[in-house]
Amino acid sequence: MLILACPWCGERPEGEFICLGEAVQPRPLDPSALGDAEWAAYVSDRRNIRGRHDERWWHVRGCNTMFTIGRDTVTHQVFAGPQGEAAP
Amino acid sequence: MTAVRLTKGGVIDRTRPLSFSFDGLSLGGFAGDTLASALLANDVMLVGRSFKLHRPRGLFGAGYDDPGSMVERLGPRPATNQLATTTMLEEGGVYRSVSTWPNARRDVGAVAQLFARLLPAGFYYKTFMWPTWHLFEPFIRGAAGLGRVPGIDAWEPVGESRYGSCDLLVVGAGPAGLAAALVAGRSGASVILVDDGAAPGGRLPGDGGDPDGWASACWQELATLPKVRLLPAATAWGYHEHNLVSVLERAPRDACGLDLRNWKIRARQVIVAAGAFERPIPFADNDRPGVMLASAVRTWLGRFAVRPGGQAVVFTNNASAYGAALALAQSGAAVTLVDARKEPEPEAVAALASAGVALATASLLAKAHGAARVEAVDVIDGSGQVRRLPCDLVAVSGGWNPAFHLASQTRQARSVWRDELATFVADHGPASFRLAGAARAEFEPVACALDGARAAGEALAALGLRAHAFETPTLSEPFVAQRVEPVWFVPPRRKGDKVFVDLAGDVTTDDVGLALREGFDSIELLKRYTTAGMGVDQGKSGNVNVIGIVGALTGATTQAVGTTTFRPPFVPVEFGAIAGQRNKARLYPWRHTPLTDWHIARGAVMYEAGLRWQRPGYYPLPGEDWSAAAAREARAVREAVGVYDGTPLGKFQLKGPDVPRLLDLLYISDFSKLGPRRGKYGVMLSDDGLIMDDGVVFRLNDEQWLLHSSTGAADRVHQHIEQILQIHRPEWQVSLIPVTSQWANATLCGPEAREVLAALQPDFDITREALPFMGTAEGKIGDIPVRLFRVSWTGEASFELNTPARHAAALWDRIMVAGAAFGITPVGSEANHILRVEAGYISTGHEVDGTSDTFDLGLGPLVSRTKADFIGKRSMELRRRMDPERFELVGLLPTEPSRRVPEGAPITPAGDRVDQEGFVSACVASVVHDRIIALGLLRHGRSRMGETVHARVHDEVIPMTVVAPVFHDADRARVKS
Repeated sequence: MLILACPWCGERPEGEFICLGEAVQPRPLDPSALGDAEWAAYVSDRRNIRGRHDERWWHVRGCNTMFTIGRDTVTHQVFAGPQGEAAP
Repeated sequence: MTAVRLTKGGVIDRTRPLSFSFDGLSLGGFAGDTLASALLANDVMLVGRSFKLHRPRGLFGAGYDDPGSMVERLGPRPATNQLATTTMLEEGGVYRSVSTWPNARRDVGAVAQLFARLLPAGFYYKTFMWPTWHLFEPFIRGAAGLGRVPGIDAWEPVGESRYGSCDLLVVGAGPAGLAAALVAGRSGASVILVDDGAAPGGRLPGDGGDPDGWASACWQELATLPKVRLLPAATAWGYHEHNLVSVLERAPRDACGLDLRNWKIRARQVIVAAGAFERPIPFADNDRPGVMLASAVRTWLGRFAVRPGGQAVVFTNNASAYGAALALAQSGAAVTLVDARKEPEPEAVAALASAGVALATASLLAKAHGAARVEAVDVIDGSGQVRRLPCDLVAVSGGWNPAFHLASQTRQARSVWRDELATFVADHGPASFRLAGAARAEFEPVACALDGARAAGEALAALGLRAHAFETPTLSEPFVAQRVEPVWFVPPRRKGDKVFVDLAGDVTTDDVGLALREGFDSIELLKRYTTAGMGVDQGKSGNVNVIGIVGALTGATTQAVGTTTFRPPFVPVEFGAIAGQRNKARLYPWRHTPLTDWHIARGAVMYEAGLRWQRPGYYPLPGEDWSAAAAREARAVREAVGVYDGTPLGKFQLKGPDVPRLLDLLYISDFSKLGPRRGKYGVMLSDDGLIMDDGVVFRLNDEQWLLHSSTGAADRVHQHIEQILQIHRPEWQVSLIPVTSQWANATLCGPEAREVLAALQPDFDITREALPFMGTAEGKIGDIPVRLFRVSWTGEASFELNTPARHAAALWDRIMVAGAAFGITPVGSEANHILRVEAGYISTGHEVDGTSDTFDLGLGPLVSRTKADFIGKRSMELRRRMDPERFELVGLLPTEPSRRVPEGAPITPAGDRVDQEGFVSACVASVVHDRIIALGLLRHGRSRMGETVHARVHDEVIPMTVVAPVFHDADRARVKS
């Protein structure tokens, strides 16, 4: 069970959170402007990185905040805040 | 009698004798004995039969490395699969060997030995393939397993759970662990020290290497330190991410008679000083009772004062077994030591000579003789000469394997081969995790203690604490495995002789060779094919030998062969320990409306309505079964009036200037024009274009909305909306509050519902004009505040009355009084289901199953033609374009009117066992048509009205006619009345 740092509540055990998966970009404002393949990639494609990636968590049994952190998927080392650009 | 209890020594309490029985024999032991040591003290050498071949087996290791001495405890507190070597003896204990019948001494299953040639590696995979595995499965399941589950009528907890946290968790109280805990404890860190030995000191008390009593002095000092917690008789069995360690504590003294306590300990730093396991050298018939590990012999002698044999042969490839030979000689046994090496350490040789132990160097032990007990061994010397030595005990040492299992479980440590020690070590682990002592291949006790102090110093530095000084203790162990010349096995001299590499699974060197010849040359595949390392001890005694043998047979280096993956649990852990006090309801609690007691008082049969909500299924009258009760309740709604508890329905309160934009994004229809005191039905998609949920949204007034979700979808919908508000459109000003359990509900439904409502005398206007279909009102019934929603979940006019939860029972009582004259009937989920299917209403989990879209369910007209975007629109259009082969909602009438079709039954062309063309999503006994009706999804269903289709249920084919998916009130006149 991970220890996650909620930006509002601080370090709390994983059981208080729900993982929302890899951090993807916010939903496009105008999906009709995207090509079919581009849209399908937004809906379905995830990078599934071995190593450090950014992921979202929801402190649902806590303060209700959704936030993005970095986590190494091998070592489970957690990094505050996203690394950079969200995944396309 | 050859195994005897010595008159002196050991950590047993000779003033407290205990009596017990094993396989019907009445025996005695002492407090401090394990079941295994007590059996051995009674000269019971044969303790079980092997799992596959039913060969007689004895005690091989003295702890968790014992691969087979599983017993069943019949009393007190029946329990199966208990390891004799770790089960502390209890007064009056009744034990039975497993894998045997009627007992270990006379075992009917022993005939399996005659067929041993027919049970090679991969036997199951090869034999039970034709015609089908299922033919053989019941027989194999019956023969498989160790022991029987005790016959228990009602589940009684045997354990409890507890959380712990500390600066430093130390696993193991041998020299390294004690030193680490002491340094950290003296330095002011909070420490938990976990140890699974009967006494602190690891192998020190058994090996006699602690003349000053350093280990117990350390333990006593630790017990006085206020921030140190000692957990004796506890095993760390699992490492989980971020230093969460599972620890099983046996027979905790403060746990009110419970057998087990499972800890989850979160430690800022972890030091694993779990010691090392000795490995044997396999030779022909090396499984005969009386053949055991040299380290086990030392434990029996030193800790339990049991001498397991009077005439011993010690077989080794390293110096550590010399200590066992000396200890045996000192206890009065005649000993011969067979060393595979040409040149043993001179000081070790000298020590043996002065103790009168015969020594044979450059020699191998080739075969054990005897059946129920070893009687002699064949020794081959360097020139190939064979001589037979009579004996009643064989002690074996093939080197030592550091117990770095927990390091491997971190998944950040690699196993690295160290040639001079002929063993694997772990290279590194997480930054806050350290190995110390024998677990990282330091075998000399003083070196172990210093290594423990070193590890503690590093951990303290990481914690920002200064390490307290540590005085080097006086400990002695002259015989340490520093120079190991690997002997992976002694090849049998006669073909067909069995050389066991894994005693737990009866895996022989021949099995390993066969698996390699058949192409299972990866160690992970070979493990699964031969089952080596998959038995009781999980390879603690045999794994490294298997790896060595694979290397020897294939010419690969040991490093290249590599180890298999180490996984929790490190030792067998009872499910009862993990379950703790949590029975079904505690593990996963029910959600109750405030009305549960009210319903039960009226005879309701309660069950889950989704998301663990308990709801009345039906309210049977005397003599009624569920279908009769459901039909009566449904008929009451169609003909008069019913009332049901809709409390679990998901409810979300929305406020803020951007709510209209949010609703327009969430739903397929236009919501922004929804005026105050009006509601609208909506369908919500996810962005894959498939239906997520449906429900009604009411605008309560200018600035407040109430959104309803299905009971089972409430959590999903909550997450969906939060994600929009927090991640996708954070600039929108919307407040979202889930209020599902804040509001209790009573829903009046049926042609006379409005009359009942009038009889309740609300203080607001309920005329058709003031309260039309999809209207809402707010006010009071007497002194009870209510919100009223004019909807329909049943195909009849319905009035949802919501009230703050505390008024629920009072409101229901009033409704029953006011409705009595109209024959008001409480209605459960079963009747609701009938009513909804009759009305053709879709339900989450039935028609909305995560594969259907708006058009599939005939909801196309609800899709807004003006909105540029809503969630799911883009994918819905894409799917419409690319996948015309859709399953569409239809009604289904079984040709046989009374034939129920199981919900979920597949519809296949002509009922053949071929591709599926749909499924039955809901099926009920209609009260308006007095026959079975069903809804289903059918490929191109809307263009197949009148056709006969077929549901396939096992070997039965059920013909059904395709009709429109509405069986009642097709023009919705009653709904809107």
